[in-house]
Amino acid sequence: MAITTVPGATRKPGRPTPPYAGPQRTSLGRKVRDNLTGHAFLIGAVLCFVVFSWYPMIRGIVMSFQRTRRGETTWVGWDNYSRIIADPSFWPAWQNTLYFTLLALVLGYAVPFFVAILLNEFRHAKGYLRILVYLPVMLPPASALFLFKFYAYDPSEAGLFNAILKALHLPTSQWMQSPEMTMPAMVVASTWMNMGGAVLIYLAALQNIPGELYEAAELDGAGIWRRIVNVTIPQTRLILALLAMLQIVATMQLFIEPLILANGAGTEDSATSVAYLIYQHGFFQNDLNGAAALGVIMLVVLAGFSAAYLRLSAKQD
Amino acid sequence: MAQDSGTRTLISHAQLSRGRGKVIYWTLLAVVVVGFTLVFLGPLYWMVTGALKSGQEIAQTPPSLFPKDPQPQNYVDAWNNLDLAKLLFNTFYYAAGAVLFQLVFDTAAAYSLSKLRPMFGNVILALMLGTLMIPAMVLIVPQYVTVIDLPILHINLLDSPFAIWLPLVANAFNIFLLKRFFDSIPEELMAAALMDGATSLRTLWSIILPLSRPILGVVSIFAVTAVWKDFLWPKLVMPSPETRTVSVGIYAFSGGTPMNVVIAASVIAAIPTVIIFLIFQRNIMSGLTSGSLKG
Repeated sequence: MAITTVPGATRKPGRPTPPYAGPQRTSLGRKVRDNLTGHAFLIGAVLCFVVFSWYPMIRGIVMSFQRTRRGETTWVGWDNYSRIIADPSFWPAWQNTLYFTLLALVLGYAVPFFVAILLNEFRHAKGYLRILVYLPVMLPPASALFLFKFYAYDPSEAGLFNAILKALHLPTSQWMQSPEMTMPAMVVASTWMNMGGAVLIYLAALQNIPGELYEAAELDGAGIWRRIVNVTIPQTRLILALLAMLQIVATMQLFIEPLILANGAGTEDSATSVAYLIYQHGFFQNDLNGAAALGVIMLVVLAGFSAAYLRLSAKQD
Repeated sequence: MAQDSGTRTLISHAQLSRGRGKVIYWTLLAVVVVGFTLVFLGPLYWMVTGALKSGQEIAQTPPSLFPKDPQPQNYVDAWNNLDLAKLLFNTFYYAAGAVLFQLVFDTAAAYSLSKLRPMFGNVILALMLGTLMIPAMVLIVPQYVTVIDLPILHINLLDSPFAIWLPLVANAFNIFLLKRFFDSIPEELMAAALMDGATSLRTLWSIILPLSRPILGVVSIFAVTAVWKDFLWPKLVMPSPETRTVSVGIYAFSGGTPMNVVIAASVIAAIPTVIIFLIFQRNIMSGLTSGSLKG
């Protein structure tokens, strides 16, 4: 049996040293064998990444410059891109998606943060409130959206929202049948379904803020609002930044909300999203290459967002 | 998430427990408890009772709070007409397989990346984590094309459960969660096992896995809910009515089925995940927060 040293004593925190002895004690054969064992454990997951993630990534880009007709694939340059951009739904889809992303940032991003701040102050009913907020996240999205479609957004006065508006003597709405209300209504449904995860992550971050900071701020005469601005937000900046990015990536993929709430396109393309257009081209119009091109456009736009965002946050530091 | 009521938060404890602060605190708490119950539980109540109403009662204005003449028949119709037993079985089957595949392959990979650390391990990890930045919608078309004709093997995976199981193994978030947990297991344990002559597999099985039960639970729960909540991918790769998942099945029937029956089916489809959540809510919440960075 090979004798190994225990490297634990000299371990630096956060960066564990290799588990086996240093290289001076291992023979080449042993090193090769250890590496082979390591890769043997990795192979299953790596193969799945290769086949279902890394390879499709490259294939998507390749496909966007090809056209397959009757089993024959040819290179067509930018044809797929010009065809997809010429689609009359192309610009409405981007407009809707960006509008949704913006609305979702206002509602789906700010609301969970303030809900988390509020919940963090309570000393009672904490568990109950937490479960309530997260409960909708566990519903299958199709279930939750049928609930909104049939009950909440029923355009007649039998609908839940219209009944409430009427009881409050406010004007009722046509919801999904009115082009102006389509996007806000989808954001409300989407926020209800998804905000639980963000609230819990914020709560965990809030609990890591040292209490002394608030105490010091209070001694300096800072009110509640100033304490939020000068202590809470800077202390949770990293999480806030991370979730903003994740949220933009998630909302840009808006798909099931238009599909179920608005039967896809909605009235006058008021609900068409980029993701829905990808689905339409790829799986209904038999235009997988055009859909791949739109996918690449989406990736480029998101990469642009990320780059701009990284520059902005680098400047702030 | 320790319930440390002693920690100082935004507003000091003392300020909340006397005089005006106390009144405001309790009023606000009451408003929030009632408001949240209405906003988050209310719609669920509406859904469960709405599915019990007759078609006429649903169309009535103003809507009734309790079903006047409950029609449990709607639930029976949903169960029979949509063949929900079959749809639920399919979904369970895919979820169970997803848990198994992810536990085996992702745990092995995370163990290798954390403890065995072979050459290029960091490169592989970086490439895996990179996929977190790629939106699923961007990959949907090339992934679909790959699944209908697997490279080299030329197998069509449509309607095969592997089309759901294998892509789910490529889950960088799970591997990251597991790796972080394994990183926190002391190297001394590994070295001790090695001195006793244990192989890498044996060390994983007898030392690492027993210590990792909490995180394995979290990964399993995430795997089940991912299958239960996914929609577009199973809709594309499980096109036959016999292999559909429950969400896709309800959607497929929603066109020609009365609305209260669709809602009844939606309620039934939501029951399993809601029960899983209520039983495992502690694990789910700790898993969600352990995956996040410290602010």
